[in-house]
Amino acid sequence: MKLDKELIKKVADNARLKLTDKEVDKFLPQFKEILDVFSKLNKVDTEKVKPSFQPIKVKNVFRDDVVEESLSEEEVFQNVKNKEKGYFRGPKAV
Amino acid sequence: MDIKKAIAEVEKIDKEFHYFNHIIKKPEERNGKLDYFISIKDCICVKDVPSTAGSKILDGYVPRFDATAVEKIREMGGVIIGKTAQDAFGFGSFSTNVGIGKKIPLNPFDKTRTCGGSSGGGAGFTQKFSMPHIALAESTGGSIVCPASFCGVVGLCPTYGRVSRYGLMDYANSMDKIGPMAKTTRECALLLDVISGKDDKDSTCVSGIDSGAGFEKYVGKGISGLKIGLIKQGFGKGVDKEVGKLVMAAVEKLGLKCEEVSLPLTAEYGIATYYLIAMTEASTNLAKYCGLRYGVEGNVDGKSFNTYFTEIRSANFNEESKRRIILGTFARMAGFRDAYYLKAMKVRTLIINEFKELFKKYDVLISPTMPVIAPKFSEIEKMTPLQNYMMDFLTVGPNLCGFPHMTVPCGFSDGMPVGIMFISDHFNEGKIIQIGDYYEQIR
Repeated sequence: MKLDKELIKKVADNARLKLTDKEVDKFLPQFKEILDVFSKLNKVDTEKVKPSFQPIKVKNVFRDDVVEESLSEEEVFQNVKNKEKGYFRGPKAV
Repeated sequence: MDIKKAIAEVEKIDKEFHYFNHIIKKPEERNGKLDYFISIKDCICVKDVPSTAGSKILDGYVPRFDATAVEKIREMGGVIIGKTAQDAFGFGSFSTNVGIGKKIPLNPFDKTRTCGGSSGGGAGFTQKFSMPHIALAESTGGSIVCPASFCGVVGLCPTYGRVSRYGLMDYANSMDKIGPMAKTTRECALLLDVISGKDDKDSTCVSGIDSGAGFEKYVGKGISGLKIGLIKQGFGKGVDKEVGKLVMAAVEKLGLKCEEVSLPLTAEYGIATYYLIAMTEASTNLAKYCGLRYGVEGNVDGKSFNTYFTEIRSANFNEESKRRIILGTFARMAGFRDAYYLKAMKVRTLIINEFKELFKKYDVLISPTMPVIAPKFSEIEKMTPLQNYMMDFLTVGPNLCGFPHMTVPCGFSDGMPVGIMFISDHFNEGKIIQIGDYYEQIR
């Protein structure tokens, strides 16, 4: 697929970013240069190689499903102005 | 400890060099054996202290809890003095990608040059502060050793999973590591002892081979018997001759027999693998910053979800954050995920194996930490993002694979400090502490 201004805008939109024309113009050649380097990985034979999602071996950790102490309502809402009657106030969903 | 005197000095240094995003004017004092002032990188949560990961979008956020590492430091009596400057979310090698409206930290040896990044504030402050101090920093691709090397201090990045990441604002979950910076290896070992160990709040935090065994015991142990490999690529193309010479001189001073080793896959594909994984994971981690619940807020009235989120995110993420979010989102999109993200995860396996083969024969691998001395801001401005990323080619290997590594100052070139980097196998921090401490004694 060809990387162009439209694709950059589309990906940005997916990530909830609106870029200015100036930003798109600046990013296009930079992204081409970076993706060229990323594409070099295709030269590596990984046919029988397993992916390493972590650099070390990590085991699943389980615990009993018991209720523990959590933040108080006051603490939960301490970081927002947009709140109402024990809820976070957000933009309209529908 | 004279807290008043300490805070006065912190404020004086900060005014000139911009090392702090927040200074705690009246720090809490507790009794304990950790008799040190501790600065904390801004991306690590400290209860009741503004913590923004150096970004604008988290301005105003005050965590209601301590990161596990911070909690352990408090329990041992460390006096927490403030949050240090960094590239926003850790996205950078020069601390020039600070959040909108934040100041860039200046190199303690030359104010026209970078401190390195992304833990730039912590490294510069470690160099300048006259009282007992250890910095708590964080590295994803080199963010501890790069600034430590540029500022002439010691930086120790432990094995992935050695220190709990609970309370760290994630950059790339599979690579983020919390670790110390100090004037000496001994002090780094001391803090690593305090912060390492299993944590129920972080499932990737594991107890290693000698977890909790005490890293300080490796200090003063000497280096007899250690087998050293010199990484060929650390002394070739792209590495400043003077930097290479200083590191070679340090190696000769160690007086150990060493052999040249090669990491061809790491050299060729390390940067691409690292940045692909880093950006992909970062783009998902940054999805949660949307102007709800904490951080910067706007007027939600009469707006749809998407309009509101897009407004907040577009106005408050800096350019490098946007760049990485978009490239990372691209690499995760249907049709590209296998070619980019999964491919990088597989190449990572090969790079881990390349290092592991060498660790069968050698205890410690050595190269310069950074290929150059700290660049001038005027030079950084001229770099493209890719040229910027390429600067990390010596540090991305151990970071991507979770191997512990440490930088120790080994001389000056053009009046600027140069660092020698020691790398060891997973959970073998003891060996790099041994060699770093020994070198400090004989240099």
